[in-house]
Amino acid sequence: MSGATLRRLVIGLGNPYRGDDAAGPACIAELRGRLPADIELIESDGEPAALLALLGCAREVCLIDACASGLPAGTVQRFDVATAILPSLAGATSTHGIGLAEAIELARALGVLPRRCVVYAIEGLSYGAGESLSEPVRTAVRAVAERIACAGAP
Amino acid sequence: MPNRTIRVEQLTRVEGEGGVRLLVRDGRIERAELRIFEPPRLFEALLRGRELTEAPDITARICGICPVAYQMSAVHAVESALGIEVSGPVRALRRLLYCGEWIESHALHITLLHAPDFLGYASGIDMAREHPDAVRRGLALKQAGNDILALLGGREIHPVSVRVGGFYRVPRKRDLAPLAERLKWAREAALETVRWTSGFEFPACDRDYTFVALRHPAEYPFNEGRIASNQGLDIAPGEFEAHIDETQVRRSTALHAQLRAGGAYLTGPLARYSLNFERLSPIAQEAARAAGLTARCTNPFRSIVVRAVEVLYACDEALRIIAEYEEPEAPACEFEPRSGMGIAATEAPRGLLYHRYRIGADGTISEARIVPPTAQNQAAIEEDLRRFGTQFLRLPQEQLRQRCEQLVRNHDPCISCATHFLQLEVLER
Repeated sequence: MSGATLRRLVIGLGNPYRGDDAAGPACIAELRGRLPADIELIESDGEPAALLALLGCAREVCLIDACASGLPAGTVQRFDVATAILPSLAGATSTHGIGLAEAIELARALGVLPRRCVVYAIEGLSYGAGESLSEPVRTAVRAVAERIACAGAP
Repeated sequence: MPNRTIRVEQLTRVEGEGGVRLLVRDGRIERAELRIFEPPRLFEALLRGRELTEAPDITARICGICPVAYQMSAVHAVESALGIEVSGPVRALRRLLYCGEWIESHALHITLLHAPDFLGYASGIDMAREHPDAVRRGLALKQAGNDILALLGGREIHPVSVRVGGFYRVPRKRDLAPLAERLKWAREAALETVRWTSGFEFPACDRDYTFVALRHPAEYPFNEGRIASNQGLDIAPGEFEAHIDETQVRRSTALHAQLRAGGAYLTGPLARYSLNFERLSPIAQEAARAAGLTARCTNPFRSIVVRAVEVLYACDEALRIIAEYEEPEAPACEFEPRSGMGIAATEAPRGLLYHRYRIGADGTISEARIVPPTAQNQAAIEEDLRRFGTQFLRLPQEQLRQRCEQLVRNHDPCISCATHFLQLEVLER
């Protein structure tokens, strides 16, 4: 696929039914109708082969995921992973359940990582089944969506 | 010689929280322990008091890699209690769903978890840099398995379409056509994977396993069959508990299983293949022979080739099912709850998965028992470590650790879907 035909994607990762894990999908919902038509909004459960397939057919990707790094809930971290590895990979505990960081590094090793690839990590507070977003995460989701919408690009 | 202890603080590519401890005396491994300290997950207690219709979806949550296996053992067990026999296209679709799970589970293990051992890499990511084509092929194969799950089950992980009596929804015949095109590619990719893995170097490590797997009169087993062994066992799933004991050992939070008549046994790809070679389709048999396998495989390191043969078979079988598919009149049969005992065993990617439920007249579950393949394989894995580990004791510590991990990984244990630390302790006396 040539660079001109490769896709531009915003991918929200997470389980919409597990509290703040829904930060990614919630961001996708906030962005509907606010981005140029050639940018696709995708919700993903993070399944690694499917995620790799998406990364492999894109030239610009923005990924939004919840994280639990110990920072205050609602903290937003932005990582340019086109140029550096996602920090969580240091000391990774990968298993059958290969995570976002491993999927990105696999894409890099295979030479299919998009030339522009950004990760927004939103610190969650609670991940209970059936819970809605916590207030700090709801605020953070709006802020991340606003930033992406203003940029008009993944 | 002083005791020596090797600790690996973080192990990738094995599932669950476990460790290995080797006790060495006079240059030989006297005792090998697979230590599993993952907390119990209490699913059997969780099921008590729940509706019989909930068993497939609750048990599917035990594993993100093999949810179909749990759904299938659960749904067949409940149906056996209700006297339901699923047949025709609905039965075929369940077999197709299982093909998808084998493809995605095996492709992941072969490519990212097991192959790095043979090619000398610490991880699948490291291997991908120098073997990108093989990794791309493996991931695309996994995706083909995912596609089956997504089409039949509504999503790639924890599919939601299976219900007691059949499916909530079945595909139209035309829905399956694009899937068949992808599976034709996948069958070729699987054949290439058999060739690729057969070229690896395998240590000379054969032993006389007691293999236990399902056997069906006509099919390579997925959903049904009698439980058979190469030592003469031939029982209905309902007789499982009369022939197999589960006991607790201090070093493991997973129960150890033993044959009453014969001690430790192995379930999984090696057992399934060795007890059912003649049930494989011609293309799979031919690929296995070309890969240097005979009709029985007793070298655990070659399990990677056997898995590749099973991926090939699953692609071939999926294509056969799709070609013969006719839409059923109804996606499921109706039923009335009734009291009874329901038992089933199916073949998860890692081996025999046994479920038993006692159901009350009101349709609630009063008792559940689940025996997963990894629990059954613990004693056989320990025996592998004891028998084959000795020849690796002279290796430098890092290589010894890697070989011991490989001896565990040969059986693709799925201790849980959690994080995992493996500590290898070698105590010399």
